[in-house]
Amino acid sequence: MSEPEFEDIPGTLLFDAERSRKGYHLNMFCMSLMKSENRDAFRADEEGYKKQFPMSAEQSKAITDRDWNKMLELGGNIYFTSKLGAFDSLSFQQLAAKMTGSTQQEYADMMLHGGRSVEGNRSKSDWKNRG
Amino acid sequence: MAKIVAGVATSHVPAIGAAIDNGKSGEDYWKPLFKGFEPSKKWIAELNPDVIILVYNDHASAFSLEMIPTFAIGCAESFAPADEGWGARPVPVVQGHPELAWHIAQSTILDEFDMTIVNKMDVDHGLTVPLSLMYGQPAAWPCPVIPLAVNVVQYPPPTGHRCYMLGKAIRRAVESFDKPLRVAIFGTGGMSHQLQGPRAGLINSVFDNKYLDNFSKDPEAIVRIPHIEYVREAGSEAIELVMWLIMRGAIDEHAKEIYRFYHVPASNTAVGHMILENI
Repeated sequence: MSEPEFEDIPGTLLFDAERSRKGYHLNMFCMSLMKSENRDAFRADEEGYKKQFPMSAEQSKAITDRDWNKMLELGGNIYFTSKLGAFDSLSFQQLAAKMTGSTQQEYADMMLHGGRSVEGNRSKSDWKNRG
Repeated sequence: MAKIVAGVATSHVPAIGAAIDNGKSGEDYWKPLFKGFEPSKKWIAELNPDVIILVYNDHASAFSLEMIPTFAIGCAESFAPADEGWGARPVPVVQGHPELAWHIAQSTILDEFDMTIVNKMDVDHGLTVPLSLMYGQPAAWPCPVIPLAVNVVQYPPPTGHRCYMLGKAIRRAVESFDKPLRVAIFGTGGMSHQLQGPRAGLINSVFDNKYLDNFSKDPEAIVRIPHIEYVREAGSEAIELVMWLIMRGAIDEHAKEIYRFYHVPASNTAVGHMILENI
């Protein structure tokens, strides 16, 4: 079940049934980092720790690479992946900067100036036309 | 009989909690935001409600993907602040009001809202940041709080209209409780923001201000906003605004607007805030 209307919104992934099913183990891995003993175990042996969670090789690699957008594409949810961000001492704003391909300073400046406008950001066709 | 005397809508950005906890609220970045809540702190100190029903969403703290209740009401004696991955916030444990909470659960279920009853739950920034904004840093929260967690993480969240109708059912429940309690209800989350992906940082102050106007004077005009419109116009996490509509449903249609505040940015988010009183 995909939601075509939502798929037209650029740079945005709806956490729907399909993504939730696909990302279940990736997200539950992130959830496990809520416990300090699990954070210690992950810190000591990232690859070994991840093996407890039956993720796809692609999902596992996205975690190793800290490829935040890739994690979302593979069914990750931002409220879960942000727990891996917190493990890396990244704030929500630092994570957001990484996902938008900006430096933290550029992103913070954009927010201070009122954020990203909705104009030109409503539809994938807007992004196609911006060249 | 108990009655709902007032409603408070406010955003619940985690960075606001971090600013308070780390003593940064006097910094230039945060000063205008906290100044905007000064009148609200005075107002609530005077109102001094007996109980707060606090509508918020859990951010994968108490509920992971193992269980995803659409509406969950906290009926426990108390609720500890959650460890969200960097240690729990240094805020007081939230004392519940089991008697009223169970009454609301029973009443709303028989009123055809299928609530999930929760007897053990940690509460994250979604619940504690609004309390910090309204009460500052007391040694104990001044009154019991009934948490009402709404799923807005897994699509689909409940519709705005369903939330609004639940608010009305909560009001009926409170008004049938046989103790003279003065109850305030908080609706939290929003306003425009997007935390995920290449479109993160989206803010739409035109949408937000129109929403605030309608929220105050003409709630029927916004209860039918479909999920797609929140997401496209105001960002993927703006869908949290459906939680404001639970509060709005519990308040008179022609309530008195006491106060309003809007500020951009707090981290990634547009902060909106409104106080309504029943006449």
